[in-house]
Amino acid sequence: MKTILATDCGSTTTKAIYIQQQPDGVYRLVVRGEAPTTVEKPAEDVTRGVINAVSEVEELSGRKFIAADNTIMVKKDAKEGCDIYLSTSSAGGGLQMMVAGVVKQMTGESAQRAALGAGAIVMDVLATNDRRPNHVKIEAIRRLRPDIILLSGGIDGGTIKHVAALAEIIGAADPKPRFGLGYNLPVIYAGNVAARETVEKELGKKTALQMVDNIRPVLERENLGPARHAIHDLFMEHVMAQAPGYSKLMAWARDTTGENIPIMPTPGAVGEIIQTIARREGITVIGVDIGGATTDVFSVFKGEKYEETHETVFNRTVSANLGMSYSISNVMAETGFDNVMRWVPFHIDEKELRNRIRNKMIRPTTIPQDLQDLIVEQAIAREALRLAFIQHKSLAVGLKGIQRMRTISETFSQSGSGETLVDMLDLDILVGSGGVLSHAPRRSQAAMMLIDAFLPEGFTALAVDSIFMMPQLGVLSKVNEKAATDVFVRDCLIHLGTCVSPVVQAKPDEKVAEIELAFDDGRTETFEMKFGTLACIPLPWAEEPNATLRANPQGKADFGAGPGKPVERKITGGLSGVILDARGRQPFQLPADDALRVKKLQEWQKALDCYPAYETK
Amino acid sequence: MGHAYTPGLKVTDNTTIVKERKLPLKGEILVKKGSRVAALDIVARTFLPGNVESINVANKFSLPASDVEDVLLVKVGDKVEKDQIIAKNRGLFGLFKNELHAPVAGTVETISNVTGQLLLREPPHPVQINAYIDGIVKEVIPEEGVLVETRGVFIQGIFGVGGEAHGEVHVVVDSADKSLTPEAIGPECKGKIVVGGDFVSNAALAKALKVGAVGVVAGGFDDSDLKDFLGYDLGVAITGHEDKGITLIITEGFGKIRMAQGTFDLLKSVEGQVAHINGATQIRAGVIRPEIIVPHAEGGAPEKKTDEEGELVKGTPVRCIREPYFGLLGKVTALPVELTELESETKVRILKAKLEDGREVTVPRANVELIES
Repeated sequence: MKTILATDCGSTTTKAIYIQQQPDGVYRLVVRGEAPTTVEKPAEDVTRGVINAVSEVEELSGRKFIAADNTIMVKKDAKEGCDIYLSTSSAGGGLQMMVAGVVKQMTGESAQRAALGAGAIVMDVLATNDRRPNHVKIEAIRRLRPDIILLSGGIDGGTIKHVAALAEIIGAADPKPRFGLGYNLPVIYAGNVAARETVEKELGKKTALQMVDNIRPVLERENLGPARHAIHDLFMEHVMAQAPGYSKLMAWARDTTGENIPIMPTPGAVGEIIQTIARREGITVIGVDIGGATTDVFSVFKGEKYEETHETVFNRTVSANLGMSYSISNVMAETGFDNVMRWVPFHIDEKELRNRIRNKMIRPTTIPQDLQDLIVEQAIAREALRLAFIQHKSLAVGLKGIQRMRTISETFSQSGSGETLVDMLDLDILVGSGGVLSHAPRRSQAAMMLIDAFLPEGFTALAVDSIFMMPQLGVLSKVNEKAATDVFVRDCLIHLGTCVSPVVQAKPDEKVAEIELAFDDGRTETFEMKFGTLACIPLPWAEEPNATLRANPQGKADFGAGPGKPVERKITGGLSGVILDARGRQPFQLPADDALRVKKLQEWQKALDCYPAYETK
Repeated sequence: MGHAYTPGLKVTDNTTIVKERKLPLKGEILVKKGSRVAALDIVARTFLPGNVESINVANKFSLPASDVEDVLLVKVGDKVEKDQIIAKNRGLFGLFKNELHAPVAGTVETISNVTGQLLLREPPHPVQINAYIDGIVKEVIPEEGVLVETRGVFIQGIFGVGGEAHGEVHVVVDSADKSLTPEAIGPECKGKIVVGGDFVSNAALAKALKVGAVGVVAGGFDDSDLKDFLGYDLGVAITGHEDKGITLIITEGFGKIRMAQGTFDLLKSVEGQVAHINGATQIRAGVIRPEIIVPHAEGGAPEKKTDEEGELVKGTPVRCIREPYFGLLGKVTALPVELTELESETKVRILKAKLEDGREVTVPRANVELIES
């Protein structure tokens, strides 16, 4: 496999990448093309956008990929075509699901995690304890018209009464799929095996029912794999097949033997590459993909029993209505004008801002031409990322409902089952993807958006997917992991730097730590970290750490070893070097006074050289 | 030649329009292929299953689920009236009798000896769909719906709220750059579709609603006014089901933006004719744009064939759809292949255009749309 062509059909744009194996055997990205996704009239065929994006690849590379009949050439040829064509997609609104579990916080949440991990948007979670009367639940199923329903509940061998009640509610709603009048809605039953017969009796004729292994066979264990696979297969068969042009796209995605390569939902593909990074490097990761319609957050953190089992847990959430084009007005609606404007160092009339945002929503493929527009757009991005992360933290939790022997320290720390697994002090790397991050004109802008939204603590490396090709690399990793990881390491990740941020509260300009940075070339520099400041020390990225940072707290600042405890860490940098963020954590707060807020924003933006052209205006 | 293009909104004076009219569930089609239909003629009907009421009989009588049949006075398939006694126990020595009354009229759908629940389904309610436009039934999809075809004016807006409406077109401003004010709207607008120029205010919209207009069309509208009009902040653009008594269609965008001259002239040319409009908008995949349809009288001019797609070439007329040139019209003068840096420091493919005011500007290709004709 020497020549690889891969596309991602997003909700707003279609991106094509061309990868070529070099004489030394390493795979490298050659060029990338992009075009608006064509699901609307006049084209109403997603393959038109694919051809347009690949045309740009042809123009920029000089290699022909498109045949005379406007299809992708997949053939063994040194001069034209490719050895394999693959694609991912989140166009068509994605996969929309409802899930149901007996107890919302237990099997309800497990079902939600199963659906999200498969790449779905979860429209509603039904549970016997969700406080809604049955007729309201029935109405919700009818109104929302999910593509697939996942029904779970009960450990294997346990009581079947509650899950039978849920099956009755679904049966009574007689749900119809979004697309097409003529076929039954797919329902996956992934609950107590003892209830299978009852569920079959209730739903077998009314729905396209499929049985898979229980997602929670015992309370202490989740088994999400079988349900996720079933969801993905049904997605391909039912949802993708209905969206305009997808049956053609599915036929195009193949290798030179003619074997079809399944199209993955974009979030599923990004999840693959995130897990690959975490596994290869043995690190904890947060990845975020902020798109036009949705913001996906992925994480790999230590499981609750990590000390014993070294098990890490992968989680994915989709914030279905937070995004930078189709969903941009919803970001504003959810967070409010003030939360957006707190990141903007100038004033805009609320009416004017609302119109601008709404115009972006109705014309989603436009981009900011002037600097003010860019600053406002990046402020909205911070809020979308922040809200999406809050949702992620609430779902990436330990299993609830488990009896545990508590240690003394757990008793004092009041930890229990169901705690979030997201530990920002333990986070090794934060990777951003999606247009507003990957296309930020300055990498420092992407670094600032990530820091402001996620508020990393301790020592955290920051990176962006340089031209948001993580989805394509994710689907490629399933057929050629070497090609995917070669390109990922060398061409995909842009290393922004390391953010060093203590958990601390103090008075403005109060010294919170002394920092000593010893470079590999023998130089040593010292810095005073003062509360409320942001500073940037140039340090390039290297495959191996190229500096040692010693943090000596003055007071209770916590760099990861505990309040007031000194820390020494080998680190590397990036395009923004080492970012010393002493603006406070737990909580982080912007100044309430407007003039001071603007002054501080300008100081921080200047420290990272975010908008130099704006400063000189 | 640029392969990248942005699809524009359709604004044409003579095209074939086909509307699909489909039932939510299979039902009965009431017209034949080839029949002439008027907009409000019912073309298909069906019945939606009634709402379901669930009653936990086991809980009410403190019985195990498997014993509920002992107290039930009805069986699956029975029709019941509201308040009818559907279950009763014998009590203890004639005392502590318990009765269960039907909360609604309906049919007993299921009785579960696993959960102890009885599901009562209310009577089905009829759903009808009309033709929406005056035209000919082009095709019948058995049990599902019909396609209705007509020829005439077809204008797509950029955003709308409210559903289908029908009325005479009534243009109340002199030019595309005049705003629609409350003073311009009077009792003569009752039952009509009122057309303004560059902007409609909330006050004007309220006046239109008050006098009984069925629709308003203008170039622009403020988003803050949209929030006031709807009573909530519209998060995601999926509209058409609002029940506000009037349909609003904006043709250019949010804020004050001159209606495209071609659109304004076309609406003026059909003053007094009946239009069929729909404010339904969906920006995500499966895009739906609000529309204005004015069928031609029979025997009108032959259809003008236009290219379904446009491409960016020198001379293509375009409209800028983002600041700093939002709403301005021009013609493409150059299409450089190489990436160009903008003020925002973004590097993108751009085009050069000569605006109507004579300025030669640089605009990202993503920030223009073709003006279709």
